[in-house]
Amino acid sequence: MAPFDYIEIKVPAKPQYVGVARLTISGLASRLGFTYDEIEDLKIASSEAITNAVRHAYDEDEEGEIIVGCALYEDKLEIMVADHGQSFDFEETKKLVGPYTEQESDVQLIREGGLGLYLMETLMDDVKVHHEEGVTVFMTKYLGRERGEADVKQTAYS
Amino acid sequence: MNLQVDVQEKDCVHVFKIIGEIDAFTAPTLKERLEKVADQPECQAVLDFKEVNYMDSTGLGVFVAFYKKVKAVNGSVKIVGLNKRLKRLFEITGLDDVVEIEMESGDPNGTV
Repeated sequence: MAPFDYIEIKVPAKPQYVGVARLTISGLASRLGFTYDEIEDLKIASSEAITNAVRHAYDEDEEGEIIVGCALYEDKLEIMVADHGQSFDFEETKKLVGPYTEQESDVQLIREGGLGLYLMETLMDDVKVHHEEGVTVFMTKYLGRERGEADVKQTAYS
Repeated sequence: MNLQVDVQEKDCVHVFKIIGEIDAFTAPTLKERLEKVADQPECQAVLDFKEVNYMDSTGLGVFVAFYKKVKAVNGSVKIVGLNKRLKRLFEITGLDDVVEIEMESGDPNGTV
């Protein structure tokens, strides 16, 4: 197994700590040498996972915690977001999420949520969700892999 | 990790200047500010994202809710000041086909 450094932070499952975790991940990604755009992708994807955990995992009056684990490899960053609250059905959830389509041309039918998981899958190279005593999201982003053609053109530094 | 929303009204157009980060913590503040005008008949709103340096799906959710309310009263919403990053977020979620986005002239790449 490739050697890696592991950093773990545990935050209360409250919205005000999503940004704190995001800044930590941004710092670690910068340390690994990710580009500006890749770091922004990582910030959004990890915030989506942590926000989901804050929103869904615990009841309103319950004090919960979220564990964010980051494994820094030479060529990739793995992020794990774990809660110990209630699970959701990944496959079922997946059917309900995704980008907006033309079928939603009727303004009043546009969804107000359901973009979090879609963004995670779009912005990261790999996303896995496990359900055992809560939800754990594993996300991987590799160094030096551009995602999205339009982006590649715009970031072609010469 | 803070959000500031400045609202100016001129010629019946509400201009929201949004400054800071829009995430799970700050989105409720933005939602509250937007909702104050959303129900006004034929509400016209301009959202200026020029000084938004972070936004995720919580911000998009607030925006979509606002957009729907404004459309329901025959109003209009225009988005201005999107940098390259934010524009990409609207593109990959397909929202750029739904709403009117006015790009900054002379700065196609936004912040790099």
